Amino acid sequence: MARSLKKGPFVDYKLDKKVSQMNESKKKSVVKTWARRSMISPDFVGHTFAVHNGNKFIPVFVTENMVGHRLGEFAPTRTFKGHSGNR
Amino acid sequence: MARIAGIDLPRNKRGVIGLTYIYGIGRSLSAEILKSAGISEDKKVSDWTDEEITNIRNYISENIKTEGELRSETQLNIKRLMDIGCYRGIRHRKGLPVRGQTTKNNARTRKGKKKTVANKKKVTK
Repeated sequence: MARSLKKGPFVDYKLDKKVSQMNESKKKSVVKTWARRSMISPDFVGHTFAVHNGNKFIPVFVTENMVGHRLGEFAPTRTFKGHSGNR
Repeated sequence: MARIAGIDLPRNKRGVIGLTYIYGIGRSLSAEILKSAGISEDKKVSDWTDEEITNIRNYISENIKTEGELRSETQLNIKRLMDIGCYRGIRHRKGLPVRGQTTKNNARTRKGKKKTVANKKKVTK
């Protein structure tokens, strides 16, 4: 079920704070994060996040098209290389 | 001849049903169109006058996305998902179910016809 509109989008509080700080100081650095569930807010555009996939941090460069998706959608947690017979 | 949005409508059907032959128009939209054009839902497609057909055509072209336009929009939406590399886009690329269905069995709509693996070992006791 979709999230109630009343609540507004969920953006991880700490991540949002970090990004707004970076926006103010015009700095750009990779932000390591575990907040896969966090929605990508318009402020995130242009930053690179290292999103944890349970094993490694996957670098995700946020573009305008990604706004409204969640960070986790861009860091796949499963690796499937195909069945042995198909090699 | 009732030709609307580039589609020939079946002549021997009721208006509400006839309009659903257009891609992008279902029962509820069809009823809405006929209501706004002031035509009874039960009137056969063949009984529509030229004026009524123009009314319907105008309403559709002004308010509703149909056929090619609608198809290209869905294609663009899918392409966007694939381009940004999100999970749904990856599933589209691989031709697997997008909405979290299981793929151990079935899922044949997305995967296509069964590909039998040759010499697949049978379970032996």
